[in-house]
Amino acid sequence: MSIARFWRETPRRYNLGGSKCLTCGTVAFPPRVVCPTCTHHRQSIGKMAPFQLSGEGEVESFTIVHDPAEGFEMQVPYVLALVRTPEGPRLTGQIVDVEPESVAIGLKVHATFRKLREEGKAGVIHYGYKFAPTGEDEPPPPRAPAVAARAEGAVRDRAEA
Amino acid sequence: MDAGIVSYGAYVPRYRITPAEIGRVWGSDGTSVGQGLNVERKSVPAPDEDTITISTEALRTALLRGGIDPQQIGAIYVGSESHPYAVKPTATVVAQAVGATPNLTAADFEFACKAGTAAIQTCLGLVGAGMIRYGVAIGTDTSQGAPGDALEYSASAGGAAFVVGRERVICRVHGTRSYTTDTPDFWRREGQKYPSHSGRFTGEPAYFRHVTECARGMMEISGLEPKDYRHVVFHQPNGKFPQRVGRQLGFSEAQMRYGLVTPRIGNTYSGAALLGLANVLDHAGAGERILVVGYGSGAGSDAFDLETTDALPGFDRNHGRAVQWYLDHGVEIPYAVYAKFRGKIHLAGS
Repeated sequence: MSIARFWRETPRRYNLGGSKCLTCGTVAFPPRVVCPTCTHHRQSIGKMAPFQLSGEGEVESFTIVHDPAEGFEMQVPYVLALVRTPEGPRLTGQIVDVEPESVAIGLKVHATFRKLREEGKAGVIHYGYKFAPTGEDEPPPPRAPAVAARAEGAVRDRAEA
Repeated sequence: MDAGIVSYGAYVPRYRITPAEIGRVWGSDGTSVGQGLNVERKSVPAPDEDTITISTEALRTALLRGGIDPQQIGAIYVGSESHPYAVKPTATVVAQAVGATPNLTAADFEFACKAGTAAIQTCLGLVGAGMIRYGVAIGTDTSQGAPGDALEYSASAGGAAFVVGRERVICRVHGTRSYTTDTPDFWRREGQKYPSHSGRFTGEPAYFRHVTECARGMMEISGLEPKDYRHVVFHQPNGKFPQRVGRQLGFSEAQMRYGLVTPRIGNTYSGAALLGLANVLDHAGAGERILVVGYGSGAGSDAFDLETTDALPGFDRNHGRAVQWYLDHGVEIPYAVYAKFRGKIHLAGS
């Protein structure tokens, strides 16, 4: 992936920055400029505010990868999952800090900040979200501070102005 | 000093390896080596963890606990000797990942194991001078010892983040003092994968001299004696050195109890003294005096005379994990998996 493309996607990969339709409330991830659910799509134009997902979620389905993508050789076998977030969007992500055999549908997970891949030994290193199991008797896990909340307010202010 | 610690967070990777397992591979009595070092096991980062990810997790915890708006952070300094890039600051990625960009200054610090305490001193200066509202100092490492080297039994991974500010201070800083000389006890030359050290020379003229001189100097300035401190935290390259230096200075086991974490997770280098302090703050109540003495090879020591405030008992520790959780948990792995995780195995074409 080109450096420029990854750099553009930094807000979503680092901080789960999506968008929320100020007309119907639908949350989209990755962020969209037009609401996919509003009956009249045009109504949502200019009303899609930045929105940050909490990072909480639940495994909706998963697969255990034994034939890795390039750059993931050291992590085999690893788990790729579809994670349903309470805000609505479904994310694809790796589940880390877990034995693959203990992953099950319904497993509670939270987003964690990890290295995604390296462009060889001399290239840039890409970082972003993965997911880790949330223990039942544990305090709430760390998550990205709500940076989007202010941005959302800013967009709403602009939209209302 | 007006500026003090307003929040903190810690992170230690999930995996552990024991000295016995390391010794098994290299034909040594690892159990004895571990006992000699007072290291039961050490933490190992997953293949997708590094100083940037550990720093980010620790700082996210600190910001949530302190209810701190990341946009109010004026400086982020990350101290480490294992920055993923030689050129491109760890602090830039961390700042972006916690939402602190773009209106702040950021830089990476390096002073062997005391880069994190040096970062705290810098933040105290900036916050104290009123130049910034919050300063962040992080000490993190994913250090490696050469395979089979004595360092391999202790070099581990972890880190802690401290937020320095003037409002809602949970731990006051009465003073800080440093002691620095040119002492070549441990180093890593540019381009080298593993560090070198001068064996026993790392002890008396290096660690013990700097830590004791710095600690005594700090107590002289503060007019206090060892008995006046409830807790003491030393840099802990192994579990043995801090105990010995503590006894030399006149501190008891009870005073060192919470500040010593290396026996359970290994030497986290720049994170070591800071994780010890984080563990003390996890357990402390209001009005408890703490002496922290960091040490970095090369060589230097930074000491801090601290006192917890009335704000600490009400401080929200219910985000992220306490240091004790990391000391109690972890998944042990065999040496082969450790070698794979730490990039000691070269793949075809790599």
